[in-house]
Amino acid sequence: MIRIFPRGTLMPFLFACTVALGVLLPLMMMVTISLNPDEQDILVSMGSLKSFIPETVSFQNYIDVWTDPARPFFRYMMNTAIVTVATLLISITINSMAAFVVAQGSLPGNKMVLLFVVATIAVPAESLVLPQLILAGKLGLVDTYVVQILPGIANALSIFLFFQFFSRIPKDLFEAAELDGFSFFQKYRHIALPLSKPVISAVAILQFLEMWNAYLWPVMVTRGPEVRPLTVAMGAFFGTNQRIPWGDVMAFAVSMAVPVILFFLLMQRQFIASVMSSGVKG
Amino acid sequence: MPTIFKGRSQELAMLFPAMACLVLIIVVPFCLSIGFSFTDQRLMPRPIPTRFVGLTNYERMFADRLFWQAIGNTVLFTVLVVPFQLMISLCVAMALNAAIPFRGLFRTVSILPLLLPITVVVAIWAVLYRIPTGPLNTIYQLFAGPEAYIDFVGGSDTAMVAIVVLSAWATFPYQMLIYLAGLQDVPGDLYEAAELDGATAWQRFRFVTWPCLRNVNIFLLIITTIQALKLFTQVSVMTKGGPNGSTTTIIYYLFQQGFTSQKIGYASAISVFFFIAVTTIAVLQRVFLKNEGEQ
Repeated sequence: MIRIFPRGTLMPFLFACTVALGVLLPLMMMVTISLNPDEQDILVSMGSLKSFIPETVSFQNYIDVWTDPARPFFRYMMNTAIVTVATLLISITINSMAAFVVAQGSLPGNKMVLLFVVATIAVPAESLVLPQLILAGKLGLVDTYVVQILPGIANALSIFLFFQFFSRIPKDLFEAAELDGFSFFQKYRHIALPLSKPVISAVAILQFLEMWNAYLWPVMVTRGPEVRPLTVAMGAFFGTNQRIPWGDVMAFAVSMAVPVILFFLLMQRQFIASVMSSGVKG
Repeated sequence: MPTIFKGRSQELAMLFPAMACLVLIIVVPFCLSIGFSFTDQRLMPRPIPTRFVGLTNYERMFADRLFWQAIGNTVLFTVLVVPFQLMISLCVAMALNAAIPFRGLFRTVSILPLLLPITVVVAIWAVLYRIPTGPLNTIYQLFAGPEAYIDFVGGSDTAMVAIVVLSAWATFPYQMLIYLAGLQDVPGDLYEAAELDGATAWQRFRFVTWPCLRNVNIFLLIITTIQALKLFTQVSVMTKGGPNGSTTTIIYYLFQQGFTSQKIGYASAISVFFFIAVTTIAVLQRVFLKNEGEQ
């Protein structure tokens, strides 16, 4: 018999198969239910094989959730995209700049700044939502994109990760640049930043996952579909005591998950490397 | 002189935006919540001015049965989910670190739950947990008879366990990837040496892998604990803190008191308590579990 399994790999392989099933079966169920236009049939066949392998393939649920005026899917998606992209861009820009100043600058209080940053990493954002909400109300920011973007860009962990990276860049690199007449900002922009792609992607992915899951804050500061993100719209399916339209819920869920999963499949290597590197610290 | 000054003003300008945001988003609200916790501040403006009430909020909090229930629930969730999730993550990481066929494919598949927003995960598990004929109850009926079912989400005894399983499913890939990174850092010659000494698979794990993962374990223990203490979304969407308050966590209680009931003063006392608790737990874990190579 041909050895498919090198010594000691049969058990890991079987375990990996179990895990894969544990992940894929719920996902298959999500897709299968989303393709079934008959709510009654969904309820009846729930739990049987029919809720894992599609019997009918209908996109009626998708058409319904994409065109529902009370729950404008694409508006929510645009809101999520705007808030997430803006947060990532601004956060990476201002946090990497600040980190570069602390790591390579000559300001007298740099050590204090670093201490302050490290101290704020420990503050759980959830404990601050109420005063933040009152501040947002005073500043007239409730129900805007800005109020959803602001908390994400003040990210002490991101400053710290950039700081760790920048302080390891050899000083000679910058000294040579100084001879060429580079200003401090130019050293950051043209030397440090191009080198820091791994940190940028690690920070971006961590923050993306955070924004993509944001729920508590958007629930509190958004009222209507104009600025609400997808997660909150999804949560609202469960808000009332009405019967939950499972076909629509699952079509909504699939529509929401697919773009991110496709993006992940394209960027898989970077994604895995970035998440792995995010743990190597402390 | 002017050149030095120019360089420094640039540095200040680059430092300023991030610091301003940290102050506005974290420091000011932090001070406000301490301040509010000594007042009867409400969310919406009232005709009666806000009053200083001293330690009343804290006295009420420590006498509040629901507050203690929320703490108990949060601790229960943390104590259940942290070991469960870390164990699963480590097992999956070890399986995916072995030279199994289709390893790349398995890695891709096992990361998928991390990409689903928690609200989507809740929707999926709401179906899996459904009564009386959801998939999990269908399996249960194979053993317990055709009419039997467990009300996973609707029962006070099972609701928190249901949230634990769902949460572990949703976020284990993150810990799994960090473990995978840790496993790849274990020097291969250690395994060879152990094998020459005739070590069994368990002994190789116990005396080579496990000690080498010490730093990774500490890191993951701290971040998974803090993550667990913040539990909110799953509970807010799936159980609304019920049944009978059995899944009301601290953050959910804080949300109910401060946002739904608009009692900012009282909720601020809870948030000050939460902040102190989380920081203390993180520091204690840090102190008791020193990284390798630290004194």
